[in-house]
Amino acid sequence: MEKFTTHTGVGVPLRRSNVDTDQIIPAVYLKRVTRTGFEDALFAAWRGDSSFVLNQEAYSAGSVLVAGPDFGTGSSREHAVWALKDYGFRVVLSSRFADIFRGNSGKQGLVAGVVSPEDIEILWKILETKPGTEVTVDLEARTATADDVTVPFQIDDYTRWRLMEGLDDIGLTLQEADKITAFEETRASWRPKTLPARHLPAVEIEAARPV
Amino acid sequence: MAGTLAEKVWEAHLVRRGEDGSPDLLYIDLHLVHEVTSPQAFEGLRLAGRQVRRPDLTIATEDHNTPTLDIDRPIADLTSRTQIDTLRANAKEFGVRLHSLGDADQGIVHQVGPQLGLTMPGLTVVCGDSHTSTHGAFGALAFGIGTSEVEHVLATQTLPLAPFKTMAITVNGALPAGATSKDIILAIIAKIGTGGGQGYVLEYRGEAIRALSMEARMTICNMSIEAGARAGMIAPDETTFEYLKGRPHAPEGADWDEAVEYWKTLRSDDDAQYDAEVVLEAADLEPFVTWGTNPGQGLPLSASVPVPADIADEGERETAAKALEYMGLTAGTPLRDIKVDTVFIGSCTNGRIEDLRSVAKVVKGKEKASDVRVLVVPSSARVRLQAEAEGLDVIFKEFGAEWRNAGCSMCLGMNPDQLAPGERSASTSNRNFEGRQGKGGRTHLVSPLVAAATAIRGTLSSVSDLDLPFDIDITTFDGTPLDGVGASPLGESVVVDLPIPVAGQPALR
Repeated sequence: MEKFTTHTGVGVPLRRSNVDTDQIIPAVYLKRVTRTGFEDALFAAWRGDSSFVLNQEAYSAGSVLVAGPDFGTGSSREHAVWALKDYGFRVVLSSRFADIFRGNSGKQGLVAGVVSPEDIEILWKILETKPGTEVTVDLEARTATADDVTVPFQIDDYTRWRLMEGLDDIGLTLQEADKITAFEETRASWRPKTLPARHLPAVEIEAARPV
Repeated sequence: MAGTLAEKVWEAHLVRRGEDGSPDLLYIDLHLVHEVTSPQAFEGLRLAGRQVRRPDLTIATEDHNTPTLDIDRPIADLTSRTQIDTLRANAKEFGVRLHSLGDADQGIVHQVGPQLGLTMPGLTVVCGDSHTSTHGAFGALAFGIGTSEVEHVLATQTLPLAPFKTMAITVNGALPAGATSKDIILAIIAKIGTGGGQGYVLEYRGEAIRALSMEARMTICNMSIEAGARAGMIAPDETTFEYLKGRPHAPEGADWDEAVEYWKTLRSDDDAQYDAEVVLEAADLEPFVTWGTNPGQGLPLSASVPVPADIADEGERETAAKALEYMGLTAGTPLRDIKVDTVFIGSCTNGRIEDLRSVAKVVKGKEKASDVRVLVVPSSARVRLQAEAEGLDVIFKEFGAEWRNAGCSMCLGMNPDQLAPGERSASTSNRNFEGRQGKGGRTHLVSPLVAAATAIRGTLSSVSDLDLPFDIDITTFDGTPLDGVGASPLGESVVVDLPIPVAGQPALR
């Protein structure tokens, strides 16, 4: 996972509350075998509407989403976070997140910052008045700055530490690679290995046919 | 310190003990991979620029999506084909051993591990599949994991895991004729419920369990997950060692001796403390069937469809009423009167050679009920070859059954083997959830013997309903490795003992 300290990018005002994960990415997109390439699936139902915020040129390259309360409710699909990241978002700010979505975000390196409803309103006004305004998110200071306004956001210490260190769960475990290697050295020789492959002679398998 | 079997295996795999409530880090001995839950895990590795840490502890096979007919032709379903193609590409890129469709070692992932001798006592075994609990039959700690965890194991060969509780399930006495290990586990799930095992590792013990063959033990451990348990285990013994000896990946020479010496210590200490205990008397068991839409909704075959109004608990009453509606059953109907359209014999629960042999013994020389479709799907290509070498395929075909290629097949209907809406099956598989075997399909979980008898009569039946030609012992075997495939020394061709090895019984062929 990439380390996150500060990020500056176009802010996108999403004036909606209760944006659930089905709206973030509909179920039909879950059949894919990849973990990337979900950008076309993001907010799929709204993307056909020319007035939708991401369809406006000034916002289309956005990377900081400023959303209404209760963002990411509903299904636990990790695909919702993948879709936001694939589109290019690095940060979502809202006054309230669904727990599972917030957890998934932390695993995947998307900053989910909790901002007071009043401050969300201030950010929305700036971003709507001057489309294309960039927002600077400072994870260390836990602040978001747009124009001359700086607002604080909350994120738990553990997630913040992991994001700043660029550590996913696997990254954390790999910090203990020495211990894993040491354990492997004690592994008894009778314990199985799949390679080199040992098996009985190859035999031709005849395909069954419909009867 | 006294410990249970599960605790001993856990302790032997601690890379780091968790502190302040953080999870333990456990080493994983064997990682089994299949096409459905692995694509995003491999993609995750690729995106992070990571490798598979131990390709030599990883093995993949194709099972969930594979067709059981025409396996030499391109897979018709595009989504299925994509998943298979993706696994093949990933295996190649990351150097993971793969047994593809058409390979003699292709098959259901939970058959492939044991048959190659990779599954053995005292291991930690994981797979992105809930029925990984099957491998616990060898005294391994084996459990299913999610896609993120699959990626974690691929990258680190470890998993951070929170501690579990232990439950002893003791089955005393001996099974009556016509009852099998499937009936034991269906009875256990009916007793403790589909959530009864939540948070526990179950350890099956007692005289009735000791008397079971390895394959029968696998059936029991396989369905631990249907009781909500994390894993199921059986302490290894001579039966386990006999099954393993001579299999391709089984230890040899001094390694074998060292392994057996260690394996013999893998039993719960006499004064070990369990968090919960359940006791069953095998003599009370008879063939069990499910009537509802979860594996806990099961009853002895001699019973009748339950009357929801008689159920005291309100939640259970409503669940039962809903299940009966979905299943198209009338309360009070004797279970033996339920007519089925399809009999499915297969799956990681009951698709092994011993299961096929017991079915063949019952149906030999008979004809199936005319309006019942009978599908026999071996759990692996080797099992299919073995069955064909023994002539079982001929018995099945003469009976009127369809003899297929190996795979998960109708257990979950990810391939074309599905029930039509409203169609009713007697199935040797593990889940009777709504729509599991096909949209609107109705599933009754049964043992292979009940499946065979049902295929003959057309209604849910046990072998006691049949007029068998002579007094054959259907469920007792003489303890020699039943799967002759593994018994022959490495590098030699397969020697199959005919007739079917049954202690002191007349040969069938």
